[in-house]
Amino acid sequence: MEPLQIAEKIKEKFPESWVDVKEFRGQVSVTLKKERIVEICSFLHDDPDLSLDYLVDLCGADYLGKKEKRFEVVYHLYSIPLRHAIRLKAEVPESDMKIDSVVPVWIGANWHEREAYDMFGIVFRGHPDLRRILLPETWEGFPLRKDYPLQGPEKEWSGFLDVLDRAKRYREFEWTD
Amino acid sequence: MEHSEPIVEKPFETKELTVSMGPQHPATHGVLRLVLNLDGENVVKCTPYVGYLHRGVEKLGENRTYLAALPLSDRLDYISSMNNNVGYVNAVEKLFGIEAPERAKYIRTMVAEMGRLSSHIIWLGTHVIDIGATTPFLLAMAQRERILDLFEMLCGARLTVSYPRVGGVRNDISQEFLDTLYEFVLEFPHRIDDYETLVTENRIWKDRTMGVGVISAKEAVNWGLTGGMLRGSGIDYDVRKYVPYDAYDKVDFMVPVGRDPGDCYDRYKVRVEEMRQANRIIKQCVEDLPAGPVMADAPKFTLPPKDLVLKDMEHLIHQFVLITKGPSVAEGEVYVGTEVPKGELGFYFVSDGTGKPYRMRVRAPSYVHASVLPRLSEGGYVADVIANIGTIDIVLGECDR
Repeated sequence: MEPLQIAEKIKEKFPESWVDVKEFRGQVSVTLKKERIVEICSFLHDDPDLSLDYLVDLCGADYLGKKEKRFEVVYHLYSIPLRHAIRLKAEVPESDMKIDSVVPVWIGANWHEREAYDMFGIVFRGHPDLRRILLPETWEGFPLRKDYPLQGPEKEWSGFLDVLDRAKRYREFEWTD
Repeated sequence: MEHSEPIVEKPFETKELTVSMGPQHPATHGVLRLVLNLDGENVVKCTPYVGYLHRGVEKLGENRTYLAALPLSDRLDYISSMNNNVGYVNAVEKLFGIEAPERAKYIRTMVAEMGRLSSHIIWLGTHVIDIGATTPFLLAMAQRERILDLFEMLCGARLTVSYPRVGGVRNDISQEFLDTLYEFVLEFPHRIDDYETLVTENRIWKDRTMGVGVISAKEAVNWGLTGGMLRGSGIDYDVRKYVPYDAYDKVDFMVPVGRDPGDCYDRYKVRVEEMRQANRIIKQCVEDLPAGPVMADAPKFTLPPKDLVLKDMEHLIHQFVLITKGPSVAEGEVYVGTEVPKGELGFYFVSDGTGKPYRMRVRAPSYVHASVLPRLSEGGYVADVIANIGTIDIVLGECDR
């Protein structure tokens, strides 16, 4: 099925969630409101005409100062039996950084959602194990946000200060043989 | 006769044991840490911890121009950097709306398959050495050396090559390179036979891999597995066939699949057959290599030839603008997936019209495959965890980005 037809189907089925659709270089992305995202995803996954069974990728994006709703969660879907693809984008405003988790639909979303939480601070409701994944659990801030400095925060991460402190103590230690 | 006291068997007490495997462990193929809860030999719970090699590739990419961020992709999956480069340039070309010339496409296909061979050789060597066979590892590494020598002949670098460029490849290939490569390609199938003689029907190998890490086709798709992990379970999804890029629609090759449900042995068979197919692709590319330029004629997006830059002013200015400001790109977003040795490597770019990507996202196959480790390992023996790490063919540089 052509990606625009899939978009049409979503619009028919979930008119109140619809925001808009864009096509660029033959790829179609559908922007949606976040409220019924799990319902939409399970519809796309289960419908025999669509059967988008493979979640290629899930990631966050930060549009600071560019869009009214600052964050987006981007889902890339593909259907292995029917060979068609579509991109969904769920808007997440900064005032309410919560969205429902799609782990019940695609179990592979688990680590992708943890990463989006780790990098952007988007909270996925109903996620089985929402912890930081790439960064240490005591890390402060969300690095892929646009207002996060490229070279990191001015204050060193407490875990690294701890390592420096320990290294200093080892240097001062009298090693005897 | 007086009976002695009956021996009362004291109930044998066991306690759940927590073992931290890694991050410094030779069998974890890098800095992967697994916390294993063990009941005797059985794995009750397995919790992977990743991120020790996190360098913020996505953030760095967002602060560099499209042309300058290419070397970052080398450092993702550092044992098959050629394939990462090909994935990156394909995504950027799609975003720019340009296409590489035919000759460059064939060269890219050729070098990408060489990268696949070198990666699969490492996978085979480390997978079998983890399970206890040393000989195939040494034999395999000797062949990998030949591929790395060819890369050196091609572009001067052995590991982080950055040879494919946006719009084509860095330089044309020499006749000497083609001859050496063809010699290698004719001989390599015999080397694969050698490995298979040592491993495929080996009793110990079969005992250690058959029925280990079993996953059904449906489940594998739901987990988002790709590459050998998915095809080992009997699904023929291969980006090279489903969404062909470069010259993959012009060469003839087969996609090997395993059985449903697939185990470590199926995935082993699939990857060994993939090596033979990669060899076939290289052979066809060398034989059918078309003549012509190796860089697209798209002056707005590709760097001008160096000899012209040194000669005249216009090209110098052109190069200066492309390097400092970056090319001006239409607003939009693309996702392009390519088949790297580990699975599907995807790049997602959001362009806001400037020379730098507004959002760069790397969809790394190893990241997804690491997340399936608990599913494969829980309920099995602790020794099978090693087999499972070997079979997912993980590279932590790509997983942690």
